[in-house]
Amino acid sequence: MPRLLAEGVLKSPLAEPAPPLAELGPAFAEAARRRLGRSLSIRQVDAGSCNACELEIHALSNPYYDLERFGLRFVASPRHADVLLVTGPVTHNMREALERTYAATPAPKWVIAAGGCAIDGGLFAGGYACANGVASVIPVDLAIPGCPPSPTALLQGLLTLLEGKPSSG
Amino acid sequence: MNWTTRETDQDGWREATQSLVDGRRTLTSLWGEPGRVRMALHGEGAAEILSLACPAGAYPSVAGRPATIRLERALADVSGLEPEGAADRRPWLDHGRWGVRRPLGDAAAADGAPAPYVFLAAEGEGLHQIPVGPVHAGIIEPGQFRFTASGETVVRLEERLGFLHRGLEARMAGLDPADAAKLAGRASGDSTVAYAIAFARAVEAALGLEPPPRAHWLRALMAELERIANHLGDIGAICNDAAFSLMHAHCGILREEVLRAADVAFGHRLMMDRVVPGGVAVDLAPAGAGAIAALVRRARERLPALVSLYDDTASLLDRTVGTGRVAPELAALFGAGGYVGRASGRSFDARRDAPYPPYDTLAFDVAVLDDGDVNARVWIRIEEARQSLALIDQILASAPAGPIAAGLPDGTGEGCALVEGFRGDVFAWVSLEGGRVRRAHLRDPSWFQWPLLEAAIEGNIVADFPLCNKSFNCSYAGVDL
Ligand code: SF4
Repeated sequence: MPRLLAEGVLKSPLAEPAPPLAELGPAFAEAARRRLGRSLSIRQVDAGSCNACELEIHALSNPYYDLERFGLRFVASPRHADVLLVTGPVTHNMREALERTYAATPAPKWVIAAGGCAIDGGLFAGGYACANGVASVIPVDLAIPGCPPSPTALLQGLLTLLEGKPSSG
Repeated sequence: MNWTTRETDQDGWREATQSLVDGRRTLTSLWGEPGRVRMALHGEGAAEILSLACPAGAYPSVAGRPATIRLERALADVSGLEPEGAADRRPWLDHGRWGVRRPLGDAAAADGAPAPYVFLAAEGEGLHQIPVGPVHAGIIEPGQFRFTASGETVVRLEERLGFLHRGLEARMAGLDPADAAKLAGRASGDSTVAYAIAFARAVEAALGLEPPPRAHWLRALMAELERIANHLGDIGAICNDAAFSLMHAHCGILREEVLRAADVAFGHRLMMDRVVPGGVAVDLAPAGAGAIAALVRRARERLPALVSLYDDTASLLDRTVGTGRVAPELAALFGAGGYVGRASGRSFDARRDAPYPPYDTLAFDVAVLDDGDVNARVWIRIEEARQSLALIDQILASAPAGPIAAGLPDGTGEGCALVEGFRGDVFAWVSLEGGRVRRAHLRDPSWFQWPLLEAAIEGNIVADFPLCNKSFNCSYAGVDL
């Protein structure tokens, strides 16, 4: 163990530079910055994901992406959260749990739909067991496409909320 | 393993059930469609699918063999087929929220509010219950756990799943095999390669189609990358749940490097949609072989330090040794595959015991231990990661050149396949009609592992549940579908 610990101190960190920010509506962006400053607490909710979206969300915490250096952190309760990061098409069996999680999150709050399933139901849209994405159940502020979105895409989306940069267009 | 399909009657069905109860054969899966139930089982030198007509919508319950209870409950929920004589008739997938009942059977509109779910009782003085889920504290899939505890000790755990039911098998019906394969690859995202191979092989068996040799080798290359990535991620996460985050960080780095190599080689970090019926969708990218060889070198360099870090940290072993034990008799009775079975003495690996190309020509060992605790499951994963590195060496050295896919004819037929994913054996069955999927069925290895988690936690303290749970890492999405 001492050797591994020493390596961690002596070598330069693996963390890579932040990706460029995504487009985001200027009004919303300004509001996010004003209210949140440089810190964002995220509660992840799996509402019918295949779990690949979660794997890439997990990867955000590995030393390459090192999410916490941006002031972003995952929290265990919606009561501590600013942002709900929702994956999956929203199965009917998870709908109530998602609605209750949303209700338990204090305002101001933002909802991110991550992944093709969460955006419009993806391959499951129109089936007997699912809603057609997160926006058909609770209001969504930002969509991060991908199947699954790469950690870089996820980070980009989250940083956009955090930095609150108006869109360049 | 050569699967044969046989039409049977109620006596034949009961006889097969008895062979499962006696432990002479192992159940692979149980599924159905309106008017017909099917059971796949293997042992005594044969693998077969029994098909039983149920004109009255009922069949003799197979639940004398315990691992079958939830499969029967799921089957009843989606197809309406009732298991005669089954003790537990509670719904499993149907939480009363679909607006329809028996969606894959004689579908009927469902009315009224969902009925409350009744957990099994545990009686005794001073017992208390702890309800958990479906939304958990960490970033994990949703499910409910009902603990009954005496002080800190767990007396009973009952799982309730189904929250992720997306109606995946129903979505596959009517699609052509290429589109259905995309859904199969999203049954359980961490095993997307294993599922895609299993489904592709089932389609190929149904059509009597042999993919070109190179496709087999590239599939195996992806499968072994997927296995290493998952084992690394889980070894780190298990240690993290024992409050040892150094291991988590180092395993996280290596896992990320596996995914990046996969991205360079096949254009997707998790290699989704790269395996298709008929072969593979993409060949190894020009830089791919080099990236994977470099990854293997680096993993070999780093692994020994991580293994000794695990083995030399007494406070970590104190948490994992003797915790969450699964008795070998239970693993055998439930036919548990993967590291859960192999850490409890059940020596089964589809790559060796139901061999498919190219594994029939590759050299590898299947690690088996008897201790059945969290520690044993960690060691099995470490050994499997090492074996996968050796397999990748062999694949890179010997993969034949040539085409990577064969065209699919518009055929009719039935086929199935058993493929070893990182979690255990994944089973896929498909019935094609005129080039379209009439009905498909996928069985995740976790069907036979989830019930053992309930057994493993008994007598352990509540605080050790995350550790036990992580050492199993059962799939929720894969069983909920
Ligand atoms: S978007 Fe893709 S990766 Fe994410 S949950 Fe849906 S199918 Fe899985």
